Amino acid sequence: MGVSSKLGNLGVVTTKLEDAVNWGRTRAMWPMLFGLACCAIEMMSTQAPYYDASRFGMELMRASPRQADLMIVAGRVSRKMAPVLRQLYDQMPEPKWVLAMGDCCSCGGVFNNYAIVQGVDEIVPVDVYVAGCPPRPEQLIHGFMTLHEKVKEMKWYEWAGK
Amino acid sequence: MSQPLDPKQAITEAFGDALESAEEFRGELTLVVKAENIIEVATYLRDGEGLKYNLLSDMAVIDYFPAEPRFGVCYHMYSMAFNRRLRIKVMWSDGDAPIPSVTGIWPSANWEEREAYDMMGILFSGHPYLKRVLMPDDWQGFPQRKDYPLGYETVQFSFNYDEIAKHKPFAKK
Repeated sequence: MGVSSKLGNLGVVTTKLEDAVNWGRTRAMWPMLFGLACCAIEMMSTQAPYYDASRFGMELMRASPRQADLMIVAGRVSRKMAPVLRQLYDQMPEPKWVLAMGDCCSCGGVFNNYAIVQGVDEIVPVDVYVAGCPPRPEQLIHGFMTLHEKVKEMKWYEWAGK
Repeated sequence: MSQPLDPKQAITEAFGDALESAEEFRGELTLVVKAENIIEVATYLRDGEGLKYNLLSDMAVIDYFPAEPRFGVCYHMYSMAFNRRLRIKVMWSDGDAPIPSVTGIWPSANWEEREAYDMMGILFSGHPYLKRVLMPDDWQGFPQRKDYPLGYETVQFSFNYDEIAKHKPFAKK
């Protein structure tokens, strides 16, 4: 029994608070600018009119971590960048999610050497990994939708901190 | 404008024994000079009539490990007046006296020498701020030396997934 079938002439919609809040969160996620390498080009393309990420409520990338709740790590993270990334993550307000875009920040990718962190999950807890080198905008949008599915499953007692 | 001079001949006439050797390969001239003379040679090459190498376009370091002297510090310079290039090379090993910095002659040498120090461990005397430029400040070792380990980590495939995940340092909230 979906919400739409209940509309009828009643003029009232009933739903669970969890569903309403989680729905609001999925439809207005604010990603943070974190383009580190060539994946950022695909991320920009995702924002652009052809792929149009604003269909998912994320048309604006925020340059400030205090205005963002989704960190898209797009590119390889060097060991020098790692403390910066963690600090920006710590500055984001709850609730916050991390999407590791591309092979490099998921597992190190082709850069298996001393300078690159072998997977950004050593620094920040990652919710969704998007494979590809670089992933196409469709794959990134699929990552968004996978994250939306995860957010919709959240319980009220997880809201304060995942 | 004065006529262009042959740089090898000009340096030999001006400094004599500062020039150790010279090599020409496919029209590229390389002059190997002594480290203690690099300031005079570089100043003369920048200002001398008929030379005017007024742009330090690049600096590079070669690691000849295990040969001695181990490093070749190359200064690639360009003359805008005569549209030609020159390479000056200085041989250096660990434990030698630091190479005099050419930052006072070409200010663009500042970051080039910092990078040479960061990646290869070349020491320069008289540099205004000889700190690491690419690697983190607390990094140990000089990564582009031939005896520096590459830092390979075992790749996580499906057959060894659990084994790697057991000791992988996952981040906490």
